[in-house]
Amino acid sequence: MARYARVLWLFWKTSLASELEYRLNFLLAVLSSLGHLAGNLFGLSLFYTRGGSLGGWPFHQALLVMGLFTTLQGMNRVLLSPNLQRIVEHVRTGTLDFVLIKPIDTQFWLSTRRISPWGLPDVAFGLGMVLYAAAQLDLAPARLALAIGPFLLSVVIQYSLWFMLASISIWYVKVHNVTEVLNGLLAAGRYPIDALPAGAYRFIFTFIIPVALLTTVPASVALEREGQRLLLLSVPFALGAFTFSRAFWRHALRSYTSASS
Amino acid sequence: MMLARFLRKARALFVLYLGYMLEYRAEIYLWVLASVLPLILLGVWAHAAESGAYPLSRVEFIRYFIAVFVVRQFSFIWVIWEFEDLVVSGNLSQQLLQPIDPVWRFVASHITERVVRLPLVLAVVALCFGLYPDAFWLPTAADFATAFVLLVLAFATRFALQYMMSMLSFWSERAASIEELWFVIHLFLSGLIAPLDVYPEPVRRITELTPFPYLIYYPVNLLLGRGAPFGQAALVLGVWGGLGWLLQRILWRRGLRRYSAMGN
Repeated sequence: MARYARVLWLFWKTSLASELEYRLNFLLAVLSSLGHLAGNLFGLSLFYTRGGSLGGWPFHQALLVMGLFTTLQGMNRVLLSPNLQRIVEHVRTGTLDFVLIKPIDTQFWLSTRRISPWGLPDVAFGLGMVLYAAAQLDLAPARLALAIGPFLLSVVIQYSLWFMLASISIWYVKVHNVTEVLNGLLAAGRYPIDALPAGAYRFIFTFIIPVALLTTVPASVALEREGQRLLLLSVPFALGAFTFSRAFWRHALRSYTSASS
Repeated sequence: MMLARFLRKARALFVLYLGYMLEYRAEIYLWVLASVLPLILLGVWAHAAESGAYPLSRVEFIRYFIAVFVVRQFSFIWVIWEFEDLVVSGNLSQQLLQPIDPVWRFVASHITERVVRLPLVLAVVALCFGLYPDAFWLPTAADFATAFVLLVLAFATRFALQYMMSMLSFWSERAASIEELWFVIHLFLSGLIAPLDVYPEPVRRITELTPFPYLIYYPVNLLLGRGAPFGQAALVLGVWGGLGWLLQRILWRRGLRRYSAMGN
């Protein structure tokens, strides 16, 4: 365990050093995050301008969901996408060989080798939205803290789904963008699940692509809304998805035949 | 003579890239599925509109976002990522050896990619109508024709502007981040996230001063039979596209002088 922590530290130090070569990017990342922030707030307000609402959620409660979503997206950009997007490259060029012979868990290496600071503005703005919404709602800090556990489950669920999809590239290099489909669908997480029409939509985004578990559940737990019942689903889903992602990766590796060179 | 040669080249490029795109159809289909944002918004707005609080009815919202989905599928441009990769990896050198400007390869690949996309786009639209049969509609021939012309112009304009930004790859290794910034503005000003009708009046007026609504909102409105200032839209798109193309040519010449073909 201590060895993994030390390795992780080295990974992050080196990749941070190489990313900071592109300092102008940080300015662009901040600008782009600011643009997203302004646009998302504006987009959310459109639902409320004429006395309408999002599935019966008051504005500041919906803002809490959006804040959690923005934070989650930022964490993706920092931790997940710089790593998981590269798996297909390793498979395609055959450099996965070099990863496999390292005396360390392959899934760990592939999932943590890189870190990208460009998602940090999103994390900061997302947390800012959460805190602002909580203040407007007079939410006790202790209640807000209750959302941390379910939110960590969201991170695990998202990582597991993403890693599983990325593992598919072992068989099908051409569908390297399958994770983009997941990303596109997860965009629904910026709204509370009740904002979607009951029926096909809500079913898909709760049970098939568990968007509801990612943001609505943590927010509902903090707000003591009805949706917190779904937490019963989050725990087994997170554990199951994580275990399955490991098993799936090992299964995929058995089909790996190395490539080119 | 010139024309015959041009047509022969165009045909060769078209056939070549159509074959290439068909080979990568699985990837293209996944890109189609990855851009479901309008369909998510369709659900959200349709549900919210049941309260009747907005200037569009539920059915109008549904139609609006189906049309947005279609328009977006055909005006989506990705040349900057490809170009950046060519410059950074040095693979552009091989294309420079050939007696044809690389831009035409990208034009051909973008056009053929639309052809490959079409069946799945139609399938998704059919699925939406299956889910919301009461929203089914067919644009009139005139609306369809004008929308199609705007769509082609929007595609050409977006392409010219993004190709211009791609030229920055000669100066920076991360030119694509410029596109990401552009996309944020596009996302919120083009009518992609909501019809401009629900925007507050001052915001809407500012939005209409930018070229963005001409890329999504106006073609969509034509498809819906809600009308749009066609001549003005064509003019605005033409001017922006023309400027983009001109600047692109200038930057291309300057950039080539800087190009050092590193990597290879």
